Amino acid sequence: MPERELTFAQAVREALAEEMRRDSSVCIFGEDVAEAGTPFKVLSGLVEEFGAQRVLDTPISEAGFTGIGVGAAMTGLRPVVDIMFGDFLTLTMDQMVNQAAKAHYMSGGHWKVPMVIRTTLGATRRSAAQHSQSLHAWFSHVPGLKVVLPSTPYDAKGLLKTAIRDENPVIFFEDKMMYKLKGPVPAEDYTIPLGVADVKRKGDDITLVATSSMVQVALGAANILEREGISAEVVDPRTTWPLDEKTIIESAKKTSRVIVLDEGYGRYGVTAELAAVIAEGAFYDLDAPVKRMGAMHVPIPFSPPLEDVTVPTEETVTEAARRLCNKT
Amino acid sequence: MSTVTSKPEASRDAVSAKDKWLRAYRQMVRIRHFEEQVNELYTRALMPGLAHLYSGEEAVAVGICEALRVDDYITSTHRGHGHCLAKGASPDRMFAELLGKEAGYCRGKGGSMHIADPATGNLGANAIVGGSVGIATGAAFASKRLGNNRVAVCFFGEGALGQGSLYEVMNLAQLWKLPVIYVCENNLYNEYTHFSETTAGTIVGRAAAFGIETAVVDGQDVRAVNAIATRLVQRARAGEGPAFLQADTYRYGGHHVGDINREYYRAKSEEQHWKTERDPIKLHGSWLIEQEHADTSALEGIATEARTEMESAVKFAIEAPYPSIDQVDEDVYA
Repeated sequence: MPERELTFAQAVREALAEEMRRDSSVCIFGEDVAEAGTPFKVLSGLVEEFGAQRVLDTPISEAGFTGIGVGAAMTGLRPVVDIMFGDFLTLTMDQMVNQAAKAHYMSGGHWKVPMVIRTTLGATRRSAAQHSQSLHAWFSHVPGLKVVLPSTPYDAKGLLKTAIRDENPVIFFEDKMMYKLKGPVPAEDYTIPLGVADVKRKGDDITLVATSSMVQVALGAANILEREGISAEVVDPRTTWPLDEKTIIESAKKTSRVIVLDEGYGRYGVTAELAAVIAEGAFYDLDAPVKRMGAMHVPIPFSPPLEDVTVPTEETVTEAARRLCNKT
Repeated sequence: MSTVTSKPEASRDAVSAKDKWLRAYRQMVRIRHFEEQVNELYTRALMPGLAHLYSGEEAVAVGICEALRVDDYITSTHRGHGHCLAKGASPDRMFAELLGKEAGYCRGKGGSMHIADPATGNLGANAIVGGSVGIATGAAFASKRLGNNRVAVCFFGEGALGQGSLYEVMNLAQLWKLPVIYVCENNLYNEYTHFSETTAGTIVGRAAAFGIETAVVDGQDVRAVNAIATRLVQRARAGEGPAFLQADTYRYGGHHVGDINREYYRAKSEEQHWKTERDPIKLHGSWLIEQEHADTSALEGIATEARTEMESAVKFAIEAPYPSIDQVDEDVYA
């Protein structure tokens, strides 16, 4: 029997529906999540199955309804809070950083905040500077939060189910350009643990550590490189916190050359952390400095030719890999 | 109120009223004595960090918490010792927390501004002004969804009226008819600035804009606070939605214990007026004597008891061990 395929959006929806059937304390709220099913139509059909008591449209009040999510999570529910664009996370920062992340620790372990924030990242949708950012590094910086970055429909379903069952606040970033990406997704219940990287492709000459939207870019680059005789390994951490340092370091030691790729800003970002982890763990096995590739340090521009140069592409990654392998 | 059950005998009513109001008195006195010990610990440099005292505002916390069930929720503030005690926290574990000891409510990780206790429905004191408005509203949302009939009380000072998230959650609470009561303790000063300099319009007008039930009460009158709180709690429990209570009160001390020279923002005569004419403990004590619920020596007995209780709680906390260093990274994640 051929494997069943779903789009990334369908996989997210299936994970939510399965968890809502399994656990009546799971509920969703956010802007236009009910009948509209979000502007990306990721949640279509959920309000029809679970009702308006569990799928609630909110006013445009990100700080307010995220705070309500924190309190509801502390007192018996498992809210999945929808922040339509990752850029709007700025409006939730006190609730996430000062409240959700700290309630467990500050209370000496007495209160727990089992909530999920689902949101988006990624540029090249011609949405300009306030609808295109990838801000997951900010949350990865804060103790008490977990950060999930699925890169395939399979991972999206398995990781979201784990995130919903987790006892901590988890921020789940979906690449909005990936919603239509198709891939095999089992119909049955399965979960993927947080903090376990996935080697998306095996290789020997260079490691491409890539997150979220950059995984497909890395796989595309690896195909091109293969034709040129360079064997690239693609490692997807899948979560920036917890971080599977072991798998990343082992791959770096094996290939001795590494590019780290992430759509967040390069400076002080996820790539900086990954490069430092590799430098600390694999320094004596490296044959070249770790190369970082992330979003250019500019507000994301609207004009298509300008926007396209702000993020790594298959071509720029391939070129960087050639240089690292001295095959230019 | 049901009219079907037979009316209790007048004498039983009198006994229960006497017990109730003596208990309210005792709770206020305990808070006052707790804070006197905090002041002492702080000035003797035995307490790390900052101490924001609740003295002068006792009738608000007590009047409200006496209208709550033990499983009802509260959220508190940086000036939160009174709320925690009024909701049932034990002073020995509170002092232990204030001193950063393992026996504290948060195992020493929260301190004075973060006391939390699931056993008494205390979702936590919060050191971000207005930081807990979402949490309290979320607890009310969960209560409604789970049908457990709990009410959430969100305590905050009038300084929190400047935070936008308050208006976001009040809008939602009214739309969703959530059992949450926003209690604005107007002690007149946002830290060192008179609230009239920071607050346009009226205080309750802000909640009224959302169609929320509002009330203003003399926050120095524990019986008045309790009467209004009882009504608002019943309303919320009956599914009639949120309420906003403005309790006018006064902070006897500075913003924190170290705020000693206050003349640049308020006159000593103003402080003196509130302490002598408007003290919630004195006012309620006089009423208890008038009603013949107690005499002077009975009230003195309550004070002595409270002082002894707090002294022994402080002793417990001073003698309690600090957490071992290896606990520093415990409970970052559940």
